[in-house]
Amino acid sequence: MAGSLPLNHKVLNTYQKRPEKKSGAVRIILTVLALLFFILMLFIPLISVFVKAFQQGAQVYLAAVSDPMALEAIKLTLLTIIIVVPINTGFGLVASWAVSKFSFKGKNLLVTIIDLPFAISPVVAGLIFVLLFSTSHGILAPVLNEFGIKVIFAPPGIILATLFVTLPFVARELIPLMEAQGTSEEEAALTLGASGFKTFLLITLPNVKWALTYGVMLTAARAAGEFGAVSVVSGHIRGLTNTVPLHVEILYNEYKFSAAFAVASLLTVIAIINLIIKNIADWKIKQQEK
Amino acid sequence: MNLTIKPIKIKEQSVIPGFGITMGISLLYIALLVLIPISMVFFNSSSLGLKSFMDIALSARVMASLKISFGASFLAATVNTIFGLLLAWVLERYSFPFKKIIDGLIDLPFALPTAVAGISLTTLYAPNGWIGKFLEPLGIKVSYTPLGIIVALIFISFPFVVRTVQPVLQSIDKEVEEAAACLGATRLQAFCKIIIPELFPSIITGFALSFARALGEYGSVVFISGNMPMKTEITPLLIRTKLEQYDYAGGTAVAAIMLIISFLMLLAINLFQWWAVNRHKFIFAKGGHHGRKPTFEP
Repeated sequence: MAGSLPLNHKVLNTYQKRPEKKSGAVRIILTVLALLFFILMLFIPLISVFVKAFQQGAQVYLAAVSDPMALEAIKLTLLTIIIVVPINTGFGLVASWAVSKFSFKGKNLLVTIIDLPFAISPVVAGLIFVLLFSTSHGILAPVLNEFGIKVIFAPPGIILATLFVTLPFVARELIPLMEAQGTSEEEAALTLGASGFKTFLLITLPNVKWALTYGVMLTAARAAGEFGAVSVVSGHIRGLTNTVPLHVEILYNEYKFSAAFAVASLLTVIAIINLIIKNIADWKIKQQEK
Repeated sequence: MNLTIKPIKIKEQSVIPGFGITMGISLLYIALLVLIPISMVFFNSSSLGLKSFMDIALSARVMASLKISFGASFLAATVNTIFGLLLAWVLERYSFPFKKIIDGLIDLPFALPTAVAGISLTTLYAPNGWIGKFLEPLGIKVSYTPLGIIVALIFISFPFVVRTVQPVLQSIDKEVEEAAACLGATRLQAFCKIIIPELFPSIITGFALSFARALGEYGSVVFISGNMPMKTEITPLLIRTKLEQYDYAGGTAVAAIMLIISFLMLLAINLFQWWAVNRHKFIFAKGGHHGRKPTFEP
């Protein structure tokens, strides 16, 4: 259409000339300001992690990443992810089914409670588990001492704190999407004789697979990167209760900056993968809507 | 013949199975992992007694930390509201190179572990860092000062305003703005009288989320602030310090204050959103047009 009406187009152009020119200057100023802020506040901090990590050469980088203490930290972080992600994914699926496929009184309250771990400071999240499980001050101390179980300053505490802070992610991604999709497809399947579980597996799950993928990825990334809550419950015992972010802190506080940034770059790569998956998921969900 | 399906109510009937079991598991899990542990804070602080609780709450160091936390979070959220609005606008309305990548990178602070953000920002803004180097001759110190806390909080809570404003900006009809222009409004008038009122609920929500997130932040601030009591000690750090000194009662009391503040923030955000949604329903009822439309690429 654009090429077929050259005359009209010209007329239109003269008509629009003045406002266009004026907003052109505004446009450039606003774009430049926004880009400056973006580069200064987001882009440079991101790039600097990698630059600092490789500042003293690839050898220092490899040494820092393959250091036995670093490997122990990576192992503990992986263990945490392996335990936390399936549990919270299961919870997210179950909770979003209950919340989005039925209507009941107190739904908003339930959604708010699911959101609570987002609103609470990570330090407080760590503290609440210390208050429960600490062998000296915890309310469950007598039981734990009786059976010789260690939760705080041990991996179980780290896993509990991580479960807490990553609880909302999957549910948060699924609930709005499942609510928007409604229940008509499930109802059709059920009235045609499919069982409840089959309906969930063949109708609901494919409908939300991208939101679920992103929710799982977020949970894993946060489980790998959680610092505040884990730092309260871990006790920083090297090789035993040190996760990757805590290892970064120790290296940094020992002025081993290159090593700290080298280990930090591993977490940054996870963050970037996370962002890529998010954008793919967003795009796929938009396509589904069409 | 109208065959509209009435909204499903659990107490009436629903074809969909599994409410009992999914609700039961959800409630049990939430109770065990969230509600019981959180209630410990209040249980423990109530055993303190009101007088000693108030003594801790009103002590100079706690008050100073609350002042720093609130002040820095407020300033960070304000900066993020202004620049978040700007970035949302630029990303939604203008086209420029690498726009898609920049849009995708906006969420970086959510994805990047806070400890990584902390060491990265501290190094950048240190007197010999990439950015600090240029600020040092001007007499501006960032790392290990309250300004550093604000910079860290701006970083970690940046995406909220952009991400709450963007979808609303996308849904505003271009026709409304065009109508305003046809009726003789300048761009600025159209922006102030049409776009800002429409965006207002999302701006406030974004600000509140940003503020709430900044208030609880620990990981990034702990590196850049220098952690000087009374000067650059934020409240979450004070809780941590008290715990490390085995002052569990003190730490728990401060945590109770923070929890109450978090609950109030959450309540306020939810009430506000409820109000904003109902406000829109009202416009709908009056026949307003708020359908989602594809973006208009200029």
